[in-house]
Amino acid sequence: MNILDSLDAASLRDDVPDFRPGDTLKVHVRVIEGSRSRTQVFQGDVIRRSGGGVRETFTVRKVSYGVGVERTFPVHSPIIEQLEVVRRGAVRRAKLYYLRTRRGKAAKIREKRDATPSR
Amino acid sequence: MTKQIKGILGSKLGMTQVWDADNRLVPVTVVQAGPCVVTQVRSAGKDGYDAVQIAFGTIDPRKVTQPMKGHFASAGVTPRRHLAELRTPDAGEYAPGQELTAATFEAGQTVDVIGRTKGKGTAGVMKRHGFHGLGAGHGTQRKHRAPGSIGACATPGRVFKGLRMAGRMGAVRQTTQNLTVHAVDTERGLLLIKGAVPGPKGAVVLVKTAAKGA
Repeated sequence: MNILDSLDAASLRDDVPDFRPGDTLKVHVRVIEGSRSRTQVFQGDVIRRSGGGVRETFTVRKVSYGVGVERTFPVHSPIIEQLEVVRRGAVRRAKLYYLRTRRGKAAKIREKRDATPSR
Repeated sequence: MTKQIKGILGSKLGMTQVWDADNRLVPVTVVQAGPCVVTQVRSAGKDGYDAVQIAFGTIDPRKVTQPMKGHFASAGVTPRRHLAELRTPDAGEYAPGQELTAATFEAGQTVDVIGRTKGKGTAGVMKRHGFHGLGAGHGTQRKHRAPGSIGACATPGRVFKGLRMAGRMGAVRQTTQNLTVHAVDTERGLLLIKGAVPGPKGAVVLVKTAAKGA
């Protein structure tokens, strides 16, 4: 198993910030259109993290023009240029699927109030 | 048989996933390939066919039988655990004692992988042969995974030979054809083969040039 782990280590990113479900995230995604590439920002709430190691993924949900949009990314995907934690949310679940049935103010996540200020 | 076949024995380490140049995920099986040694070269004149015999793996010297000891000694190598033969017209280019490593293959090549599948024990027809079973409802009683009818009545008055039924499944030799070599790590002797190969982790597999295709 050791060799497989060292093989996976090559695919792992070391610049992934610490984030959890409930946090608001800005995902800078590299988009390739023909020959040129640009960066697209996808901002929303993290509603789940799943898996571990090289195959860990997270899902970001946002409401765009009244339509809910969810995108799932591998945490260590090379198409992610940068991950930015905008705000930390106070939630009591690991999977925030209940947000899908909520609209407007009900779908809001309270900001986490820490004894230690967030970085 | 004019195609030159290259091959190597190795052990399956397991599966993982890597990103390719276009940032797509590729599921790969990691095979610790070799190092193998050539133990015998068969020629058409002497043996009736051209082939290379390769050996792989460590073995307790006390377990090696006297005839096998002699066989390995004649090639000038220490005894190995597994032997395999590759039929190839260019067998004459190999010499006994020669070492084969993962560098035998290069990225992008298609290969066949031969191994022994995981044993499943006694399995029913649904798992073993992919039968659909009987209905979940509509009055089916205690027969949901049964095969159904296995033949007619007085004519022929018997069950035909070879009819697929429940029984021992798995632990048989299987070849998975036309897998792509995603990458080769010559330093550690690893082959990253796209897709699944037969057998559990740690099983011995034979990787060789694909029989089909150019």
